[in-house]
Amino acid sequence: MPPQRANGNSRIMLAGLGLLVAAIAVYAAFQLFSPPPSEVDVAYNTVSGEGFYQVMFETEAQPVPVNETHEWVLTVTTPDGAPVTDAEISIDGGMPDHGHGLPTEPRTTENLGEGRYRVEGMRFNMGGHWEIRIGIDAEPGLDEAVFNLDL
Amino acid sequence: MPVARPFLAIGALAGFLALSACDPAPLSADEKAKIASLVIDELAALPAAPANLYADNPQAVAFGKLLFFDQGLSGDGHISCATCHMPDRQFQDGLPRGVGVAQTDRRTMPLAGVGWNVWQFWDGRRDSLWAQALVPLEDRREHAGNRTAYAHFISANHSKAYEAVFGPLPELERMPSDASPLGGAAERAAWTTMSVAERDAVNRVFANIGKAIAAFERTLEPGETRFDRFARAIAAGEAPTGDAAFSDLELEGLRLFIGKANCLECHNGPRFTDDHFHNTGVPPMAADELDRGRAVGIGEVLADPFNCLETYSDAQPGACTALRFMKRDTAVMERAYKTPSLRGVAQRSPYMHAGQIASLDDVIDHYSTAPDAVAGQSEIRGVIFTDRGRKALIAFLKTLDAEGPNDP
Repeated sequence: MPPQRANGNSRIMLAGLGLLVAAIAVYAAFQLFSPPPSEVDVAYNTVSGEGFYQVMFETEAQPVPVNETHEWVLTVTTPDGAPVTDAEISIDGGMPDHGHGLPTEPRTTENLGEGRYRVEGMRFNMGGHWEIRIGIDAEPGLDEAVFNLDL
Repeated sequence: MPVARPFLAIGALAGFLALSACDPAPLSADEKAKIASLVIDELAALPAAPANLYADNPQAVAFGKLLFFDQGLSGDGHISCATCHMPDRQFQDGLPRGVGVAQTDRRTMPLAGVGWNVWQFWDGRRDSLWAQALVPLEDRREHAGNRTAYAHFISANHSKAYEAVFGPLPELERMPSDASPLGGAAERAAWTTMSVAERDAVNRVFANIGKAIAAFERTLEPGETRFDRFARAIAAGEAPTGDAAFSDLELEGLRLFIGKANCLECHNGPRFTDDHFHNTGVPPMAADELDRGRAVGIGEVLADPFNCLETYSDAQPGACTALRFMKRDTAVMERAYKTPSLRGVAQRSPYMHAGQIASLDDVIDHYSTAPDAVAGQSEIRGVIFTDRGRKALIAFLKTLDAEGPNDP
């Protein structure tokens, strides 16, 4: 009886392997023909140049729109995650390849607490590569974080 | 069987690529995406006009339409908005510079899609359609009237229509017949004799005239063009048929437009404009030497008593987004002018903010030679066009022609 049992086990194993191969094949076919996954746009994270701050922005306008003035919410923390609640924030940016700045002058309009700041007046007036520079002045020091966007 | 699927799929893909290779110039995914971004179907819903409570009021629309064509709204009784904004010519006049009572400094703009504009005028010196409509009414080269006279005119000729939308007209009997803070010496002197309350009452009637006209102008939407039928098919992954099919020349022009001619940098989205201001090195007219464009428009819109943040606006201050976050850097806005829409462009020469350039051929010359700006810095980089490239770009622009006699 034991040999039979062994035989049964290997059959089950073989069947399992077959199913696994089939599953991988189906997955590969799915990957081949499905559109690429949409970019994870909901939040962008970066660390400021000197490493003083971790900076994230979120926006309800998804994907980040062209020719539509919209808001961002910035979250500023120290590298170990402590919220930076009293920062002076400036926003600048432009298109490095085209040598022009932003079409508006966005700024923080509300300190939402817990290191979160509302930024109004964000606007991009063409598709392509934009660079957004966030100047942060708070207790840890003056530093700048850069977001690169491809719209 | 499942194991065979990816191989089948790869085989099918290889076959597809081989077929595509037979076509000398299939549109790339990037080109298709750019084409799809320009189709009229991408136009967002008409934006709210928070500074104008009556913007979408049907009675205001009807009243505004009446006023738009009423020559009584002028100093001499012969000029209406339609004098320059001619309905059968895309609401423009085909002249290098608009002519009311006299010639102005700027090209008359077409009106299709003005409800989507962020800024009004070539230099953006007004931030709403209704505030814009007030300027020509008192400009001495345009309607050449004054706000007190307009209030009297409304009271005498349109009181019922006015009051149905805006409520009772103020008592005007004792007010001067001609007075304005902007008019000639006599009008300005008369304005100073009026009390603060009287001036406010007249300003309110004046503002409401603008709000009614703006409500009408918001209804002027851009129409569908051949380009849209082409682009809609491309966006849907279908081959354009019938009049939606482009000739080789038109397709080549479209490719230049979205590609190496760099047109899309400013003329983007379904209205073919980025609603921003650019110095493109357009040479001045003789009388235009001192025209600084947006560099002056910034200060003017901030000082406008009818802007979104001022007394006669219906908006909460927070809703005045354009004005609050306006780019105020005059140095980079020297001789910058608003990007015009290109819908219907081939049917409305001459071109540029003062009609300096006579034909589309000459416009292409300008973008090809990219002359330095007389003031400020031109943003354009010269593009070399072949003869066929020029013809192609113009052929493409003609696919944006407005259709039908009443299509703005």
